[in-house]
Amino acid sequence: MSDDHRLTVRDLDVYYDQVHILQGVSFDVGAEPVAMVGRNGMGKTTLAKALVGLHPAGAGSVTFDGRELLGARPYKVVGAGIGYVPQGRRIWPALSTHEHLRMVGAKPGSRWTVDAVYDLFPRLAERRRVGASKLSGGEQQMLAIGRALLTNPRMLVMDEPSEGLAPSVVEQLVGTLRTLVDEGQRVFLIEQNLGFATEVGERVLVMVNGRIAADMGADELLADEEKQNLYLGVS
Amino acid sequence: MGQVITIGLNGLTVAALYFLVASGLTLIFGMMRVVNLAHGAFYLLGGYVAFSVMDSTDSWGLGLAVALLTVGLLGVLMHQVLLRAIEQEDMRVALVTIGVSLVLADQMLVQYGGVAYSIAPPEALRGGVDIGVADIVYPRYRIFVLVLAVAVGLALWLFMSRTRFGMIIRAGVDDRDMVAATGINVRAVFAVVFFVGSALAGLAGAVGGGAFSLAPGTDVEYLLYSLIVVIVGGMGSVAGAAIGALLVGLVSQFALGYLPAMASVMTFALMIVVLAVRPQGLMGRPA
Repeated sequence: MSDDHRLTVRDLDVYYDQVHILQGVSFDVGAEPVAMVGRNGMGKTTLAKALVGLHPAGAGSVTFDGRELLGARPYKVVGAGIGYVPQGRRIWPALSTHEHLRMVGAKPGSRWTVDAVYDLFPRLAERRRVGASKLSGGEQQMLAIGRALLTNPRMLVMDEPSEGLAPSVVEQLVGTLRTLVDEGQRVFLIEQNLGFATEVGERVLVMVNGRIAADMGADELLADEEKQNLYLGVS
Repeated sequence: MGQVITIGLNGLTVAALYFLVASGLTLIFGMMRVVNLAHGAFYLLGGYVAFSVMDSTDSWGLGLAVALLTVGLLGVLMHQVLLRAIEQEDMRVALVTIGVSLVLADQMLVQYGGVAYSIAPPEALRGGVDIGVADIVYPRYRIFVLVLAVAVGLALWLFMSRTRFGMIIRAGVDDRDMVAATGINVRAVFAVVFFVGSALAGLAGAVGGGAFSLAPGTDVEYLLYSLIVVIVGGMGSVAGAAIGALLVGLVSQFALGYLPAMASVMTFALMIVVLAVRPQGLMGRPA
């Protein structure tokens, strides 16, 4: 069985000023959704930014579909099939909901059109004329996901999508992501919320101090409270 | 009464020119996050180019078009050749644009010397118009400048609010990296923004050369006033440039009419008052 659209990260080193943030990070994401968890400040967001070309990487390799993406500019990375849902959603306050989607527009031959995004998130259709800064946190997250889907990603890289959202909204988000995964959308999810991460991801990577400390099945991590405390607990 | 209206009209004419220059400056600033300090030199160059073309072809319209295209392309060239490699470093970009403005000013001095030039408006725009109030006859050309600025302002507004490209520019003012992360080649967007912004300065020079004179020093004057306009109106906002230009134009002309000794102080006082009340400018968003 061929496994195209595989994201492969090898020996990735990333520096922030002089600080060695990511140290030899290696992992793979294929068809099964993968979540990455870890406490604050462990380098997860830096990893997401380095993957899409928004943060310069020091050394190593990031390939997708066999193409080397390390050092490529963000629009090339996105063009190669990586969609990015950033931490903090980063919607553009000057634009309305509809303008966000229209601006990114549909790619030729893509399943994702502006209308398809409205079908996925009917709430956004109701709020289409509203300035994006006036949307609720959950609506902004839908918009950030819709915006990324319009780039027709073969792999969706999401950074802390549940941050600052009410539990009921997070629950809806899990449902949406599962629907997408069932459709064949590949997902690499970075999360602090272990419940969310394990509901979406089948495999979980644990980031500790810029290294992958563990790579295990989601159920395995859920069943192992000792490891949860070791890697994620407040010590 | 007549004097008030004449001064008001003068203020509007000056505001129209300031708007044409400053709207280009604010567009570029919005994307680059840095002020193009060669913008004043672009204004003067636009005026000189228009003058030369009109001098040799006798076509006023051709002069305007050539000035607009030449200065627009020069802006793109400056960005692609000099600024591309350093576009993340604001201070370097600012210094390089100062360098470009100095080189341009010297080269223009060599070519055109120190005398003041003025562009003769076409036949149809010469003479005066009776505006029908208080027996005032106002130069037709200045009214044309006003109408042109309004037309350019409307076109820019439509471009920014209705087109996909305008949305990209507005989004870029908010968060440029995120624009790149939706698959848009921000560098190509920069090229277009530099073309439009610089072309506006060139057009303003070509048009302004018919209402006021072109001479060494005009470049610095227009850079200074358009900076004040952009600061008062809010960096990166075209609507802000329109409001800022109106305020600066009217304040400077009324001060010139009634408090001539204080004229230049008043313009700066306006800027200081606005900054004290709204540091981000009238239409700017907080950083």
